[in-house]
Amino acid sequence: MPSEITDKNTVTNPAPAGGTPPNPDAMLSVLGVKKVYQTDGGAIEAVRNLTFDLRAGELACLVGPSGSGKTTLLKCISGLMAPTEGQVLLNGVEVSGPPKKMAVVFQEYGRSLFPWMRVRENVELPLKNQRLAKAERDRLVDEALEAVGLSHVPMSYPWQLSGGMQQRVAIARAVAYQPEVLLMDEPFAAVDAQTRADLEDLIRSVWKKLGITILFVTHDIDESVYLGERVIILSSSPTVIQEDLVIDLPAERDQLNTRSLPRFTELRHHVYEQIQLAKAGHRPAAASR
Amino acid sequence: MDNTVTSRRRPTKELLGIAGIIGFLLTWEVLPRVGIVDARFLPPASDVLLALARDFGLAAFWLAVGETMLAWLIGLVIAVLAAALLGFIIGSSAFLRKFTNSTVEFLRPIPSVALIPLAVLLFGVKMESSLMLIIYASFWQIFIQVLYGVADVDNVAMNTAKSYGLGQLARTRYVVFPTALPYLMTGIRLAASVALILAITAELVIGSPGLGREIALAQSGGAISGMYALVLATGLIGVLINLVMRFVERKTLSWHSSVRAEVIV
Repeated sequence: MPSEITDKNTVTNPAPAGGTPPNPDAMLSVLGVKKVYQTDGGAIEAVRNLTFDLRAGELACLVGPSGSGKTTLLKCISGLMAPTEGQVLLNGVEVSGPPKKMAVVFQEYGRSLFPWMRVRENVELPLKNQRLAKAERDRLVDEALEAVGLSHVPMSYPWQLSGGMQQRVAIARAVAYQPEVLLMDEPFAAVDAQTRADLEDLIRSVWKKLGITILFVTHDIDESVYLGERVIILSSSPTVIQEDLVIDLPAERDQLNTRSLPRFTELRHHVYEQIQLAKAGHRPAAASR
Repeated sequence: MDNTVTSRRRPTKELLGIAGIIGFLLTWEVLPRVGIVDARFLPPASDVLLALARDFGLAAFWLAVGETMLAWLIGLVIAVLAAALLGFIIGSSAFLRKFTNSTVEFLRPIPSVALIPLAVLLFGVKMESSLMLIIYASFWQIFIQVLYGVADVDNVAMNTAKSYGLGQLARTRYVVFPTALPYLMTGIRLAASVALILAITAELVIGSPGLGREIALAQSGGAISGMYALVLATGLIGVLINLVMRFVERKTLSWHSSVRAEVIV
Protein backbone atom coordinates (compact mmCIF):
# COMPACT_ATOMS: atom_id res chain seq x y z
CA MET A 1 0.00 0.00 0.00
CA PRO A 2 2.61 2.59 0.84
CA SER A 3 4.27 2.13 -2.52
CA GLU A 4 0.99 2.84 -4.22
CA ILE A 5 0.74 6.11 -2.35
CA THR A 6 4.31 6.94 -3.03
CA ASP A 7 3.92 6.34 -6.72
CA LYS A 8 0.90 8.55 -6.97
CA ASN A 9 1.87 11.35 -4.69
CA THR A 10 5.53 11.69 -4.23
CA VAL A 11 7.22 14.52 -5.96
CA THR A 12 10.54 13.14 -7.04
CA ASN A 13 13.35 14.15 -4.78
CA PRO A 14 15.06 17.21 -6.18
CA ALA A 15 18.62 16.59 -7.19
CA PRO A 16 21.23 17.61 -4.62
CA ALA A 17 22.90 20.97 -4.56
CA GLY A 18 24.70 22.46 -7.47
CA GLY A 19 22.76 20.57 -10.12
CA THR A 20 19.39 22.24 -10.48
CA PRO A 21 18.99 25.94 -11.06
CA PRO A 22 16.40 27.57 -8.78
CA ASN A 23 12.83 27.21 -9.92
CA PRO A 24 11.70 30.62 -11.22
CA ASP A 25 8.15 30.12 -9.89
CA ALA A 26 9.32 29.47 -6.38
CA MET A 27 8.60 31.95 -3.61
CA LEU A 28 11.17 30.30 -1.39
CA SER A 29 14.03 28.09 -2.56
CA VAL A 30 16.26 26.09 -0.29
CA LEU A 31 19.28 25.05 -2.34
CA GLY A 32 21.72 22.47 -1.06
CA VAL A 33 21.68 23.85 2.47
CA LYS A 34 24.20 22.31 4.81
CA LYS A 35 24.91 23.38 8.37
CA VAL A 36 27.86 22.23 10.43
CA TYR A 37 28.23 23.52 13.98
CA GLN A 38 31.74 24.01 15.27
CA THR A 39 31.73 23.00 18.93
CA ASP A 40 34.42 22.31 21.49
CA GLY A 41 33.79 18.61 20.94
CA GLY A 42 34.39 18.91 17.19
CA ALA A 43 32.19 19.55 14.20
CA ILE A 44 28.54 18.49 14.33
CA GLU A 45 26.70 18.15 11.05
CA ALA A 46 23.10 19.13 11.79
CA VAL A 47 21.86 19.41 8.22
CA ARG A 48 23.66 17.64 5.37
CA ASN A 49 21.97 18.64 2.15
CA LEU A 50 18.48 20.04 1.80
CA THR A 51 16.87 21.26 -1.40
CA PHE A 52 13.22 22.15 -1.87
CA ASP A 53 11.01 24.94 -3.21
CA LEU A 54 7.85 26.50 -1.89
CA ARG A 55 5.44 27.99 -4.40
CA ALA A 56 3.73 31.26 -3.53
CA GLY A 57 0.67 30.62 -1.39
CA GLU A 58 1.64 27.09 -0.43
CA LEU A 59 1.15 25.67 3.06
CA ALA A 60 3.85 23.06 3.57
CA CYS A 61 4.64 21.10 6.70
CA LEU A 62 8.11 19.93 7.57
CA VAL A 63 8.19 16.79 9.73
CA GLY A 64 11.09 14.78 10.96
CA PRO A 65 12.27 12.77 13.92
CA SER A 66 13.44 14.80 16.89
CA GLY A 67 16.97 16.07 16.46
CA SER A 68 16.68 16.07 12.69
CA GLY A 69 17.78 19.68 12.41
CA LYS A 70 14.34 21.21 11.82
CA THR A 71 15.09 24.25 13.94
CA THR A 72 18.53 24.63 12.39
CA LEU A 73 16.98 24.65 8.93
CA LEU A 74 14.39 27.21 9.98
CA LYS A 75 17.10 29.47 11.36
CA CYS A 76 18.95 29.26 8.06
CA ILE A 77 15.78 30.05 6.10
CA SER A 78 14.86 32.98 8.34
CA GLY A 79 18.32 34.49 7.97
CA LEU A 80 19.13 34.21 11.68
CA MET A 81 22.00 31.87 10.86
CA ALA A 82 24.14 31.49 7.77
CA PRO A 83 24.26 27.99 6.27
CA THR A 84 27.71 26.41 5.97
CA GLU A 85 27.00 25.56 2.35
CA GLY A 86 24.19 26.26 -0.08
CA GLN A 87 21.78 29.15 -0.07
CA VAL A 88 18.21 30.22 0.56
CA LEU A 89 16.42 32.36 -2.01
CA LEU A 90 13.34 34.45 -1.28
CA ASN A 91 11.75 35.69 -4.51
CA GLY A 92 15.02 34.83 -6.21
CA VAL A 93 17.11 36.99 -3.88
CA GLU A 94 19.59 35.33 -1.56
CA VAL A 95 18.71 35.55 2.14
CA SER A 96 21.66 37.00 4.06
CA GLY A 97 19.84 38.44 7.07
CA PRO A 98 16.23 38.41 8.33
CA PRO A 99 14.21 39.35 5.21
CA LYS A 100 11.61 42.07 5.46
CA LYS A 101 8.86 39.95 3.98
CA MET A 102 9.26 37.02 6.34
CA ALA A 103 7.91 36.45 9.85
CA VAL A 104 8.75 33.69 12.30
CA VAL A 105 6.54 32.23 15.04
CA PHE A 106 8.61 30.42 17.64
CA GLN A 107 7.60 27.51 19.83
CA GLU A 108 8.49 29.32 23.06
CA TYR A 109 5.77 31.99 23.01
CA GLY A 110 6.54 32.87 26.64
CA ARG A 111 10.03 33.95 25.66
CA SER A 112 9.18 35.29 22.22
CA LEU A 113 6.61 37.77 23.50
CA PHE A 114 8.03 40.63 25.51
CA PRO A 115 6.63 40.53 29.06
CA TRP A 116 7.25 44.26 29.54
CA MET A 117 4.86 45.14 26.73
CA ARG A 118 1.10 44.80 26.60
CA VAL A 119 -0.49 42.57 23.96
CA ARG A 120 -1.12 45.52 21.67
CA GLU A 121 2.41 46.89 22.04
CA ASN A 122 3.88 43.47 21.28
CA VAL A 123 1.92 43.24 18.03
CA GLU A 124 2.68 46.85 17.17
CA LEU A 125 6.45 46.85 17.80
CA PRO A 126 7.62 45.48 14.40
CA LEU A 127 5.35 47.98 12.63
CA LYS A 128 6.64 50.83 14.76
CA ASN A 129 10.14 49.75 13.88
CA GLN A 130 9.20 50.01 10.20
CA ARG A 131 8.06 53.60 10.91
CA LEU A 132 4.52 53.02 9.70
CA ALA A 133 2.10 55.85 10.42
CA LYS A 134 0.11 55.56 13.63
CA ALA A 135 -3.26 55.18 11.90
CA GLU A 136 -1.91 52.43 9.65
CA ARG A 137 -0.38 50.63 12.63
CA ASP A 138 -3.62 50.80 14.56
CA ARG A 139 -5.55 49.38 11.64
CA LEU A 140 -3.12 46.47 11.12
CA VAL A 141 -2.96 45.66 14.83
CA ASP A 142 -6.75 45.74 15.19
CA GLU A 143 -7.19 43.50 12.16
CA ALA A 144 -4.57 41.04 13.34
CA LEU A 145 -5.99 40.79 16.86
CA GLU A 146 -9.44 40.38 15.35
CA ALA A 147 -8.18 37.62 13.05
CA VAL A 148 -6.84 35.55 15.96
CA GLY A 149 -9.87 36.29 18.15
CA LEU A 150 -8.07 38.43 20.70
CA SER A 151 -9.60 41.85 20.18
CA HIS A 152 -10.89 41.81 23.77
CA VAL A 153 -7.51 41.75 25.55
CA PRO A 154 -5.25 44.38 23.88
CA MET A 155 -4.26 45.97 27.19
CA SER A 156 -3.37 42.75 29.01
CA TYR A 157 0.18 41.64 29.47
CA PRO A 158 1.09 38.34 27.73
CA TRP A 159 1.78 36.61 31.03
CA GLN A 160 -1.77 37.31 32.15
CA LEU A 161 -3.04 35.10 29.31
CA SER A 162 -3.20 31.33 28.91
CA GLY A 163 -0.57 29.57 26.78
CA GLY A 164 -2.87 29.20 23.80
CA MET A 165 -3.80 32.87 23.92
CA GLN A 166 -0.15 33.87 24.15
CA GLN A 167 0.62 31.91 21.00
CA ARG A 168 -2.33 33.67 19.34
CA VAL A 169 -0.69 36.98 20.22
CA ALA A 170 2.53 35.80 18.58
CA ILE A 171 0.54 34.77 15.48
CA ALA A 172 -1.21 38.16 15.45
CA ARG A 173 2.17 39.87 15.59
CA ALA A 174 3.29 37.85 12.56
CA VAL A 175 0.03 38.53 10.69
CA ALA A 176 0.17 42.29 11.35
CA TYR A 177 3.71 42.32 9.93
CA GLN A 178 2.16 41.36 6.55
CA PRO A 179 4.76 38.78 5.57
CA GLU A 180 4.82 36.95 2.27
CA VAL A 181 6.34 33.93 3.96
CA LEU A 182 5.44 32.78 7.47
CA LEU A 183 7.75 30.31 9.20
CA MET A 184 6.45 28.45 12.21
CA ASP A 185 8.77 26.44 14.43
CA GLU A 186 6.70 23.80 16.24
CA PRO A 187 4.37 26.58 17.38
CA PHE A 188 1.84 24.35 19.12
CA ALA A 189 4.17 21.88 20.82
CA ALA A 190 3.69 23.53 24.19
CA VAL A 191 -0.11 23.95 24.28
CA ASP A 192 -2.78 21.45 25.32
CA ALA A 193 -4.54 19.21 22.77
CA GLN A 194 -7.83 21.12 22.57
CA THR A 195 -6.16 24.51 22.20
CA ARG A 196 -3.92 22.95 19.63
CA ALA A 197 -6.84 21.86 17.46
CA ASP A 198 -8.26 25.40 17.61
CA LEU A 199 -4.91 26.92 16.69
CA GLU A 200 -4.52 24.52 13.75
CA ASP A 201 -7.85 25.68 12.36
CA LEU A 202 -6.80 29.27 13.02
CA ILE A 203 -3.69 28.77 10.88
CA ARG A 204 -5.73 27.25 8.05
CA SER A 205 -8.16 30.17 8.11
CA VAL A 206 -5.41 32.82 8.31
CA TRP A 207 -3.59 31.11 5.45
CA LYS A 208 -6.71 31.09 3.26
CA LYS A 209 -7.61 34.67 4.11
CA LEU A 210 -4.18 36.17 3.51
CA GLY A 211 -2.90 33.86 0.79
CA ILE A 212 0.58 33.80 2.30
CA THR A 213 3.17 31.06 1.99
CA ILE A 214 3.56 29.06 5.19
CA LEU A 215 6.29 26.64 6.19
CA PHE A 216 5.12 24.85 9.30
CA VAL A 217 7.67 22.78 11.20
CA THR A 218 6.27 20.10 13.49
CA HIS A 219 7.11 16.72 14.94
CA ASP A 220 3.43 15.79 15.06
CA ILE A 221 2.47 13.56 12.14
CA ASP A 222 -1.30 14.08 12.46
CA GLU A 223 -0.79 17.81 12.59
CA SER A 224 1.36 17.84 9.47
CA VAL A 225 -1.17 15.85 7.44
CA TYR A 226 -4.15 17.83 8.74
CA LEU A 227 -2.58 21.23 8.11
CA GLY A 228 -0.46 20.88 5.03
CA GLU A 229 -1.04 20.85 1.31
CA ARG A 230 2.27 19.12 1.23
CA VAL A 231 4.43 17.34 3.79
CA ILE A 232 8.21 17.35 3.56
CA ILE A 233 9.65 14.48 5.57
CA LEU A 234 13.20 14.84 6.84
CA SER A 235 15.56 11.98 7.55
CA SER A 236 17.36 11.61 10.84
CA SER A 237 20.56 13.61 11.37
CA PRO A 238 22.62 14.44 9.30
CA THR A 239 19.49 15.57 7.59
CA VAL A 240 18.37 15.15 4.00
CA ILE A 241 14.86 15.01 2.56
CA GLN A 242 13.33 11.59 3.07
CA GLU A 243 10.23 12.26 1.04
CA ASP A 244 8.20 15.12 -0.39
CA LEU A 245 4.52 14.21 -0.21
CA VAL A 246 1.46 15.94 -1.67
CA ILE A 247 -1.52 15.94 0.70
CA ASP A 248 -4.58 15.49 -1.52
CA LEU A 249 -7.20 16.12 1.15
CA PRO A 250 -10.10 18.51 0.43
CA ALA A 251 -9.30 22.18 0.93
CA GLU A 252 -12.09 22.59 3.47
CA ARG A 253 -10.83 20.78 6.53
CA ASP A 254 -12.34 20.34 9.94
CA GLN A 255 -11.09 18.49 12.94
CA LEU A 256 -13.83 15.86 13.06
CA ASN A 257 -14.55 14.99 9.43
CA THR A 258 -11.13 15.44 7.88
CA ARG A 259 -9.46 13.35 10.52
CA SER A 260 -11.94 10.51 9.99
CA LEU A 261 -11.49 10.38 6.20
CA PRO A 262 -9.93 7.10 4.99
CA ARG A 263 -7.48 9.15 2.93
CA PHE A 264 -6.33 11.00 6.06
CA THR A 265 -5.62 7.68 7.73
CA GLU A 266 -3.69 6.43 4.69
CA LEU A 267 -1.55 9.54 4.48
CA ARG A 268 -0.97 9.58 8.21
CA HIS A 269 0.01 5.94 8.06
CA HIS A 270 2.41 6.62 5.24
CA VAL A 271 4.12 9.58 6.92
CA TYR A 272 4.37 7.56 10.11
CA GLU A 273 6.11 4.72 8.27
CA GLN A 274 8.53 7.09 6.63
CA ILE A 275 9.41 8.65 9.97
CA GLN A 276 9.97 5.19 11.45
CA LEU A 277 12.22 4.36 8.51
CA ALA A 278 14.09 7.60 9.04
CA LYS A 279 14.55 6.82 12.71
CA ALA A 280 15.80 3.35 11.86
CA GLY A 281 18.50 5.00 9.77
CA HIS A 282 17.09 4.28 6.33
CA ARG A 283 18.22 7.02 3.97
CA PRO A 284 17.07 7.93 0.49
CA ALA A 285 19.51 7.34 -2.36
CA ALA A 286 20.45 11.00 -2.63
CA ALA A 287 21.76 11.03 0.93
CA SER A 288 24.66 8.69 0.35
CA ARG A 289 26.51 11.20 -1.79
CA MET B 1 2.89 44.74 78.40
CA ASP B 2 -0.64 44.91 77.09
CA ASN B 3 0.84 45.37 73.64
CA THR B 4 2.77 42.14 73.64
CA VAL B 5 -0.31 40.24 74.79
CA THR B 6 -2.35 41.64 71.90
CA SER B 7 0.35 40.89 69.37
CA ARG B 8 0.62 37.34 70.64
CA ARG B 9 -3.08 36.87 70.20
CA ARG B 10 -3.03 38.32 66.67
CA PRO B 11 0.53 37.92 65.46
CA THR B 12 0.22 40.02 62.30
CA LYS B 13 3.40 41.27 60.68
CA GLU B 14 2.84 44.97 61.40
CA LEU B 15 1.93 44.47 65.06
CA LEU B 16 4.96 42.29 65.65
CA GLY B 17 7.14 44.89 64.00
CA ILE B 18 5.80 47.69 66.16
CA ALA B 19 6.11 45.53 69.27
CA GLY B 20 9.74 44.87 68.32
CA ILE B 21 10.54 48.57 68.07
CA ILE B 22 8.79 49.32 71.38
CA GLY B 23 10.69 46.47 73.02
CA PHE B 24 13.98 47.85 71.69
CA LEU B 25 13.23 51.38 72.90
CA LEU B 26 12.15 50.07 76.33
CA THR B 27 15.39 48.12 76.72
CA TRP B 28 17.37 51.20 75.64
CA GLU B 29 15.43 53.32 78.17
CA VAL B 30 15.86 50.87 81.05
CA LEU B 31 19.54 49.91 80.62
CA PRO B 32 21.06 53.37 81.42
CA ARG B 33 18.37 54.15 84.01
CA VAL B 34 19.09 51.10 86.21
CA GLY B 35 22.81 51.69 85.69
CA ILE B 36 23.76 48.60 83.68
CA VAL B 37 25.46 50.94 81.18
CA ASP B 38 26.81 54.41 81.93
CA ALA B 39 24.18 57.04 81.05
CA ARG B 40 27.00 59.39 80.03
CA PHE B 41 27.80 57.15 77.04
CA LEU B 42 24.33 55.81 76.35
CA PRO B 43 21.67 58.29 77.37
CA PRO B 44 18.14 56.83 77.78
CA ALA B 45 16.03 56.60 74.63
CA SER B 46 13.70 59.37 75.83
CA ASP B 47 16.62 61.84 76.07
CA VAL B 48 17.79 61.00 72.55
CA LEU B 49 14.28 61.20 71.08
CA LEU B 50 13.82 64.57 72.76
CA ALA B 51 17.10 65.80 71.30
CA LEU B 52 15.99 64.53 67.87
CA ALA B 53 12.65 66.35 68.20
CA ARG B 54 14.58 69.51 69.14
CA ASP B 55 16.82 69.02 66.04
CA PHE B 56 13.73 68.86 63.85
CA GLY B 57 13.01 72.46 64.84
CA LEU B 58 16.51 73.75 64.01
CA ALA B 59 17.44 75.28 60.67
CA ALA B 60 21.06 74.16 61.13
CA PHE B 61 19.94 70.52 61.34
CA TRP B 62 17.96 70.75 58.10
CA LEU B 63 20.89 72.51 56.44
CA ALA B 64 23.16 69.59 57.39
CA VAL B 65 20.54 67.11 56.15
CA GLY B 66 20.31 69.09 52.94
CA GLU B 67 24.08 69.03 52.43
CA THR B 68 24.31 65.30 53.03
CA MET B 69 21.38 64.56 50.76
CA LEU B 70 22.71 66.84 48.03
CA ALA B 71 26.06 65.02 48.00
CA TRP B 72 24.16 61.71 48.07
CA LEU B 73 21.92 62.69 45.16
CA ILE B 74 24.61 64.20 42.91
CA GLY B 75 26.94 61.28 43.56
CA LEU B 76 24.23 58.70 42.95
CA VAL B 77 23.00 60.33 39.73
CA ILE B 78 26.52 60.53 38.28
CA ALA B 79 27.22 56.92 39.31
CA VAL B 80 23.92 55.69 37.79
CA LEU B 81 24.50 57.48 34.49
CA ALA B 82 28.13 56.41 34.16
CA ALA B 83 27.58 52.82 35.28
CA ALA B 84 24.47 52.29 33.16
CA LEU B 85 26.10 53.72 30.04
CA LEU B 86 29.35 51.80 30.45
CA GLY B 87 27.49 48.68 31.58
CA PHE B 88 25.34 48.59 28.45
CA ILE B 89 28.25 49.27 26.13
CA ILE B 90 30.67 46.81 27.71
CA GLY B 91 27.98 44.21 28.42
CA SER B 92 26.90 44.17 24.78
CA SER B 93 30.32 43.24 23.48
CA ALA B 94 31.99 39.95 24.33
CA PHE B 95 35.34 41.48 23.39
CA LEU B 96 34.97 44.48 25.72
CA ARG B 97 33.68 42.24 28.52
CA LYS B 98 36.77 40.04 28.39
CA PHE B 99 39.03 43.04 27.85
CA THR B 100 37.79 44.88 30.96
CA ASN B 101 37.02 41.92 33.22
CA SER B 102 40.34 41.63 35.05
CA THR B 103 40.64 45.41 35.52
CA VAL B 104 37.13 45.54 36.94
CA GLU B 105 37.83 42.63 39.28
CA PHE B 106 40.94 44.48 40.50
CA LEU B 107 39.35 47.92 40.99
CA ARG B 108 36.02 46.79 42.39
CA PRO B 109 37.23 45.36 45.73
CA ILE B 110 39.18 48.54 46.64
CA PRO B 111 37.24 49.97 49.59
CA SER B 112 36.14 53.48 48.81
CA VAL B 113 37.39 54.76 52.19
CA ALA B 114 40.93 53.84 51.15
CA LEU B 115 40.64 56.70 48.67
CA ILE B 116 39.99 59.32 51.39
CA PRO B 117 43.60 60.62 51.46
CA LEU B 118 43.56 60.91 47.68
CA ALA B 119 40.20 62.70 47.73
CA VAL B 120 41.50 65.23 50.26
CA LEU B 121 44.64 65.76 48.20
CA LEU B 122 42.62 66.35 45.06
CA PHE B 123 39.66 68.36 46.35
CA GLY B 124 40.36 69.40 49.94
CA VAL B 125 37.58 69.65 52.53
CA LYS B 126 34.77 70.15 50.08
CA MET B 127 31.78 68.30 48.75
CA GLU B 128 33.83 67.09 45.77
CA SER B 129 35.77 64.82 48.13
CA SER B 130 32.53 63.22 49.33
CA LEU B 131 31.36 62.93 45.73
CA MET B 132 34.48 61.10 44.66
CA LEU B 133 34.01 58.45 47.37
CA ILE B 134 30.25 58.16 46.80
CA ILE B 135 30.61 57.78 43.04
CA TYR B 136 33.42 55.24 43.31
CA ALA B 137 31.51 53.04 45.75
CA SER B 138 28.09 53.22 44.05
CA PHE B 139 29.45 52.88 40.53
CA TRP B 140 30.46 49.23 40.96
CA GLN B 141 27.17 48.22 42.54
CA ILE B 142 25.28 49.40 39.47
CA PHE B 143 27.87 48.50 36.85
CA ILE B 144 28.07 44.84 37.88
CA GLN B 145 24.27 44.53 37.98
CA VAL B 146 23.92 46.04 34.51
CA LEU B 147 26.53 43.60 33.17
CA TYR B 148 24.49 40.69 34.58
CA GLY B 149 21.31 42.20 33.19
CA VAL B 150 22.66 42.61 29.68
CA ALA B 151 23.95 39.02 29.76
CA ASP B 152 20.48 37.78 30.77
CA VAL B 153 18.82 38.69 27.47
CA ASP B 154 16.73 35.78 26.24
CA ASN B 155 17.89 34.12 23.05
CA VAL B 156 14.37 33.61 21.70
CA ALA B 157 13.42 37.23 22.45
CA MET B 158 16.55 38.39 20.65
CA ASN B 159 15.89 36.12 17.63
CA THR B 160 12.31 37.38 17.53
CA ALA B 161 13.50 40.98 17.45
CA LYS B 162 16.04 40.16 14.74
CA SER B 163 13.54 38.28 12.59
CA TYR B 164 11.24 41.31 12.70
CA GLY B 165 14.04 43.47 11.39
CA LEU B 166 14.91 45.38 14.58
CA GLY B 167 18.38 46.84 14.22
CA GLN B 168 21.07 47.05 16.88
CA LEU B 169 19.71 50.28 18.36
CA ALA B 170 16.07 49.16 18.37
CA ARG B 171 17.06 45.84 19.97
CA THR B 172 18.96 47.67 22.71
CA ARG B 173 15.97 49.88 23.37
CA TYR B 174 13.16 47.33 23.16
CA VAL B 175 14.84 44.10 24.30
CA VAL B 176 18.16 44.61 26.09
CA PHE B 177 17.17 47.62 28.17
CA PRO B 178 13.88 46.17 29.51
CA THR B 179 15.64 42.87 30.28
CA ALA B 180 18.39 44.65 32.20
CA LEU B 181 16.02 47.09 33.91
CA PRO B 182 15.27 44.88 36.96
CA TYR B 183 19.02 44.41 37.45
CA LEU B 184 19.61 48.14 37.03
CA MET B 185 16.94 48.89 39.64
CA THR B 186 18.50 46.44 42.10
CA GLY B 187 21.87 48.05 41.47
CA ILE B 188 20.47 51.53 42.08
CA ARG B 189 18.78 50.42 45.31
CA LEU B 190 22.03 48.91 46.60
CA ALA B 191 24.01 51.93 45.44
CA ALA B 192 21.57 54.31 47.17
CA SER B 193 22.37 52.73 50.56
CA VAL B 194 26.08 52.57 49.83
CA ALA B 195 26.07 56.22 48.72
CA LEU B 196 24.52 57.27 52.03
CA ILE B 197 27.14 55.33 53.99
CA LEU B 198 29.93 56.98 52.02
CA ALA B 199 28.36 60.44 52.28
CA ILE B 200 28.28 60.18 56.09
CA THR B 201 31.75 58.59 56.22
CA ALA B 202 33.30 61.34 54.11
CA GLU B 203 31.75 64.03 56.28
CA LEU B 204 32.88 62.29 59.47
CA VAL B 205 36.43 61.67 58.39
CA ILE B 206 37.19 64.50 55.98
CA GLY B 207 34.96 67.04 57.66
CA SER B 208 33.10 68.17 54.55
CA PRO B 209 29.79 69.79 55.55
CA GLY B 210 26.78 67.57 56.38
CA LEU B 211 25.27 65.30 59.01
CA GLY B 212 28.51 63.31 59.41
CA ARG B 213 30.45 66.41 60.41
CA GLU B 214 27.63 67.38 62.84
CA ILE B 215 27.95 63.95 64.48
CA ALA B 216 31.70 64.44 64.91
CA LEU B 217 31.17 67.96 66.27
CA ALA B 218 28.47 66.79 68.73
CA GLN B 219 30.76 64.01 69.94
CA SER B 220 33.77 66.28 70.48
CA GLY B 221 31.53 68.87 72.15
CA GLY B 222 30.23 66.30 74.61
CA ALA B 223 26.61 66.58 73.36
CA ILE B 224 26.12 62.83 73.61
CA SER B 225 22.30 62.85 73.33
CA GLY B 226 22.64 65.18 70.36
CA MET B 227 25.15 62.81 68.75
CA TYR B 228 22.81 59.86 69.18
CA ALA B 229 19.96 61.94 67.80
CA LEU B 230 21.96 62.64 64.63
CA VAL B 231 22.85 58.96 64.30
CA LEU B 232 19.16 58.14 64.55
CA ALA B 233 18.46 60.76 61.89
CA THR B 234 20.90 59.10 59.47
CA GLY B 235 19.19 55.78 60.16
CA LEU B 236 15.80 57.28 59.39
CA ILE B 237 17.14 58.70 56.14
CA GLY B 238 18.42 55.23 55.23
CA VAL B 239 15.00 53.68 55.89
CA LEU B 240 13.31 56.41 53.87
CA ILE B 241 15.65 55.93 50.90
CA ASN B 242 14.99 52.21 50.90
CA LEU B 243 11.20 52.71 51.02
CA VAL B 244 11.29 55.17 48.13
CA MET B 245 13.55 52.86 46.07
CA ARG B 246 11.27 49.87 46.62
CA PHE B 247 8.27 51.96 45.63
CA VAL B 248 9.96 53.12 42.41
CA GLU B 249 11.03 49.54 41.68
CA ARG B 250 7.47 48.25 42.08
CA LYS B 251 6.14 50.96 39.79
CA THR B 252 8.68 50.54 36.97
CA LEU B 253 8.77 46.74 37.09
CA SER B 254 5.06 45.98 37.42
CA TRP B 255 5.45 43.48 34.56
CA HIS B 256 8.35 41.58 36.13
CA SER B 257 7.81 38.18 37.72
CA SER B 258 9.27 39.35 41.04
CA VAL B 259 6.61 42.06 41.31
CA ARG B 260 3.57 41.04 39.31
CA ALA B 261 0.56 39.28 40.74
CA GLU B 262 -0.07 36.08 38.80
CA VAL B 263 -3.63 36.59 37.62
CA ILE B 264 -4.92 34.69 34.64
CA VAL B 265 -7.51 36.66 32.69
